[in-house]
Amino acid sequence: MAGCITTKNLSATFGDIRAIEGISIEITANKVTALIGPSGCGKSTFLRCINRMHELVPGARTSGEIIWDGRDIYAPEVDATEVRRGIGMVFQRPNPFPLMSIADNVSAGLRLAGMRKNKAGIDEAVERSLKLAALWDEVKNKLDKPGGSLSGGQQQRLCIARALAVEPDIILMDEPCSALDPASTQKIEDTMDQLKDNYTIVIVTHNMQQAARVSDFTGFLLTRETGEPGRLIEYGPTSKIFTMPDHKETENYITGRFG
Amino acid sequence: MKGDLNRSRRNLTSGFAYLLCLLSTAIALIPLGLILVYVIVQGAPALNLDFLTQLPKPVGETGGGMGNAIVGSLMLIGIAAAIGLPIGVLAGTYLAEFRSPRLSWTVRLLADILSGVPSIIIGVFVYTLLVLTMKRFSALAGGVALAVLMLPTVARTTEEMLRMVPDTLREASLALGISRWRTIVSIVIKTAGGGIMTGIMLALARIAGETAPLLFTALNSRTWPTGLDKPVASLPVQIYTYAIAPYADWHQQAWAGSLVLVLMVLLLSVGSKLYFGRKMRSVR
Amino acid sequence: MSSINNLRDKFRDASRPARGRLGDTLFTVIAFLAAATIILIITLLVYQLFEGALPSIRAFGADFLSSSEWDPVKDIYGARVFIYGTIVSSLLALLMAVPLSLGIAIYLSQFAPRWLRSPLGFIVELLAAIPSVVYGLWGIFVLAPFLGQTIEPFFADHLGGIPIFAGPVYGVGLFAAAVVLAIMILPTISAISRESMLNVSSDQKEAAQALGATPWETVRMSVLPLARPGIIGAIILGLGRALGETMAVTMIIGNRPEISASIFAPAYTIASVIANEFAEVTAGLHMAALVELALILLVITLLLNLLARLLVQRTGSGALKRKRS
Repeated sequence: MAGCITTKNLSATFGDIRAIEGISIEITANKVTALIGPSGCGKSTFLRCINRMHELVPGARTSGEIIWDGRDIYAPEVDATEVRRGIGMVFQRPNPFPLMSIADNVSAGLRLAGMRKNKAGIDEAVERSLKLAALWDEVKNKLDKPGGSLSGGQQQRLCIARALAVEPDIILMDEPCSALDPASTQKIEDTMDQLKDNYTIVIVTHNMQQAARVSDFTGFLLTRETGEPGRLIEYGPTSKIFTMPDHKETENYITGRFG
Repeated sequence: MKGDLNRSRRNLTSGFAYLLCLLSTAIALIPLGLILVYVIVQGAPALNLDFLTQLPKPVGETGGGMGNAIVGSLMLIGIAAAIGLPIGVLAGTYLAEFRSPRLSWTVRLLADILSGVPSIIIGVFVYTLLVLTMKRFSALAGGVALAVLMLPTVARTTEEMLRMVPDTLREASLALGISRWRTIVSIVIKTAGGGIMTGIMLALARIAGETAPLLFTALNSRTWPTGLDKPVASLPVQIYTYAIAPYADWHQQAWAGSLVLVLMVLLLSVGSKLYFGRKMRSVR
Repeated sequence: MSSINNLRDKFRDASRPARGRLGDTLFTVIAFLAAATIILIITLLVYQLFEGALPSIRAFGADFLSSSEWDPVKDIYGARVFIYGTIVSSLLALLMAVPLSLGIAIYLSQFAPRWLRSPLGFIVELLAAIPSVVYGLWGIFVLAPFLGQTIEPFFADHLGGIPIFAGPVYGVGLFAAAVVLAIMILPTISAISRESMLNVSSDQKEAAQALGATPWETVRMSVLPLARPGIIGAIILGLGRALGETMAVTMIIGNRPEISASIFAPAYTIASVIANEFAEVTAGLHMAALVELALILLVITLLLNLLARLLVQRTGSGALKRKRS
């Protein structure tokens, strides 16, 4: 099954600062995996290691292995852009391309990542992606309007559609709802539920209820002391993590008794 | 009571200073107004179709025009743009997108310094570099001189405009698996396009009016431009030549030429300002 | 689903990443070369002028700077007259332009109603857009005759006893050139000063206002001191522009290679003599002397610009830091 990610002893640094250390995790294909933890615990950094976005920050490094369907994505012969094409990402704040229309936003990856496609193929991909992101009905009559003209929640679903258009195996979501109102959040959670039939989803969230609602597996990351790197404390089926975690620290965090 | 007196004296001083500042601003506007009025009043009567389309007449004959100088100016600006724009935009892109601190610092400083080098010195430089080696004055030499003049402006504006593009857009693009160079060209530069265009138009406005660097590169000519390797007339040099000549008819033509030149330059400056204002609103 | 899988296989086509990497490398190299062009130009510029000036440097040495003789017939060249004309015309221009520019900068950054600031600033900056040759034309036919008939005779008649105001007056000359230069550098100085005044944080101003300072006292106590490096930088940049300004000066300074005490007398500048003589000379010592003049002007303006940029950068970054904290 395409779309499983295994990390082995993964560590990441920014210059001298160690962000995460020794994370080993197996992410199951076609499931939703949530990463929770207090802010600064390195969960976003971990996410950005998976699609090689971490290395874009000057001075940022990773060590350890990330195996995607049997291949180490940090192997020297692997190109980062190829990894990112297969592992899409949705960011905390909606970031549609401001000068592009809704349709062009969705097809940007197809057009600019070197995929030759004819007009009909692109139109078809735009429609399919917007439908998958549950945005089609709202925008089908204004596909040539700028992406920035949509509401925040719609913009975020546009960004999801944009990520889906290039047909990734895996979708990483970095707190995708933190800038959105409850109604928009609901829509995005519904979308995720639809998507997991065909995609592996990894979501970072600071919202434990959201993790409990949407995910099949949950990982808990924690920085034990200031200046220490974030580590994976516990990982398992969401139902288990939220009802009978193995670790005291996990229990403290999910019951809100933390810190 | 004494405090009150003191206070009112201080208020008076403040009011006086305010008036002086207001007056300074007003004084600065006088020459601008005067120059524009003179250029229009003196230039407009001599401005007609002949002026725009005819070659200059020999000394003693009245009539004729600056057609060749206008075409020559456009040609020189075209050469300068063809050389200066790609290099300038790419250099600015390098400064903004590829963070290599030491080299960027050097290039940035040198670009700023280059923009402060008097244009006549650029003329001397291009003379020694091209005119001496090619053994002839040429449109190409003139265009290169103008390209050197516009290069730092274009590079620095491009850099500043690219820096205004939020990193989230770069990330969004890279996360789609779009390569770095495609991201820069199709997302970053495109998003900053309005601002970069403004910088380009301002740079073109500046070089359109340059005279000194053309005096001994493009030289001047009384015929239509015939080739890149031949001397070519230009509006500013023609205005200069006519202005210092002792013929009233030529003075009239110099004014008309100035009117055309000022219109060109102002159109570019004001146009870029308006264009930029609109573009920026649409980005936000 | 199978079509999707095909697509996915296509993505993993081994040739694609290689092409992407090649594009990135190529683009990086091209952009680097473009940036390096700027370094190359400055290096070539200094080298070419130095090499071109060598015959003259060898022939005259330091005498070139101190000698007033400029005689193409005897092939003897000295730069003193031109250096004098260049420096005096520029300093006179600064004398007029600095107070006006500061007034404008203060008005536009502190006093003017907000809606007026941006359009008014733009209009003042239009002065910089007018081509030098148009200033020259206007200078010859409008300004110089006006000065020659009104202001200059007034000074010559009443203060003629002081050598710098002595007649005869011609209209064209040092003073007329300085007036035009002043107008031309006004937008440079006022725009950059205004920037550094705007960079002064409002906390600083409020501190003064809280003490009951009048608007002018606020400017004097908090705005001017903090903006000072930027203002000095602006003045130096203006000076740099004035020293190198060619066309307008050439057209109205009179182009007479003499040093006179009077500011109303004709004079000659480095840029003007290059503009007038360069195209007619083809080689030899005369050419080398002209190139050496260019080299002198280049070195002066390079140093001034370097100094000014460092000063302006200092206020700029200082203001940025204040804003961030």
